[in-house]
Amino acid sequence: MRIPCPICGTRDRREFTYKGAAVLLDRPSPEADAASWDAYLHLRDNPAGRTRDLWFHDAGCAAWLVVERDTISHEIFGAELLDAD
Amino acid sequence: MAELLAKTPCSGLVPVTHGAVTLDEVAVGPITSLAPYRGQRAALSSALTETVGLGWPEPGRSTANGDARLVWTGRDQAFLLGAAPDARLGDFAAITDQSDGWAVLRIAGAGVEDVLARLMPIDLAPDRFAPGHAARTLCGHMTVSVLRLDTQAVQIMGFRSMAGTLVHELETAMAAVEARARLP
Repeated sequence: MRIPCPICGTRDRREFTYKGAAVLLDRPSPEADAASWDAYLHLRDNPAGRTRDLWFHDAGCAAWLVVERDTISHEIFGAELLDAD
Repeated sequence: MAELLAKTPCSGLVPVTHGAVTLDEVAVGPITSLAPYRGQRAALSSALTETVGLGWPEPGRSTANGDARLVWTGRDQAFLLGAAPDARLGDFAAITDQSDGWAVLRIAGAGVEDVLARLMPIDLAPDRFAPGHAARTLCGHMTVSVLRLDTQAVQIMGFRSMAGTLVHELETAMAAVEARARLP
């Protein structure tokens, strides 16, 4: 498995660390109700198909990436930088 | 006052030679990490051009001017080697002296890519990783900064605390490549 880092180019999976589903980026407001926070912290879809995940290129450029991939075919559709300027 | 003797990170570990490949330590002088503040990369590049004669390096690249060298080491991070940073750079970037934090090795000789291919998961062939190219990647299980110096020489920077492991990994790969070359 290889991930196309927008900075370093296509690199081996062992250079990356997986964090979790990219829904982590959609943080509820501090005033949101308990159910929203419960869902944000604990509830995840488990899709068979396309997912968006957070990966950290820790053994490379140290950028956080959002990687879109397919959990059935293992195809990787692309990767974007978090906080691109 | 006690007279303290400074030891280099790889003191007593190198030089090592196996076949055509030699591993040795490099004294690069001061090592300074430069990390531009948000939106300040262009201003930092201008200040670097004025004070060191080198602009901010593109990702995966290194530039040199005499003894001074800039090496890309990550997203919005580069190392200045061999020159003290001008205080003005502090207006645009977080600056950290890391001179004593890194073990800097030079591995050179015909077939150096065959040795590194056993340890690093990137393509280091001379036409893909040419002089002036730089990368952050793995060497075995540890992260390193790699820089192509010339067609047969590569510089490897690893954490000083891991200098013994880094030399051991490289030396083992050098010996294995040489042993394989001697097979009939």
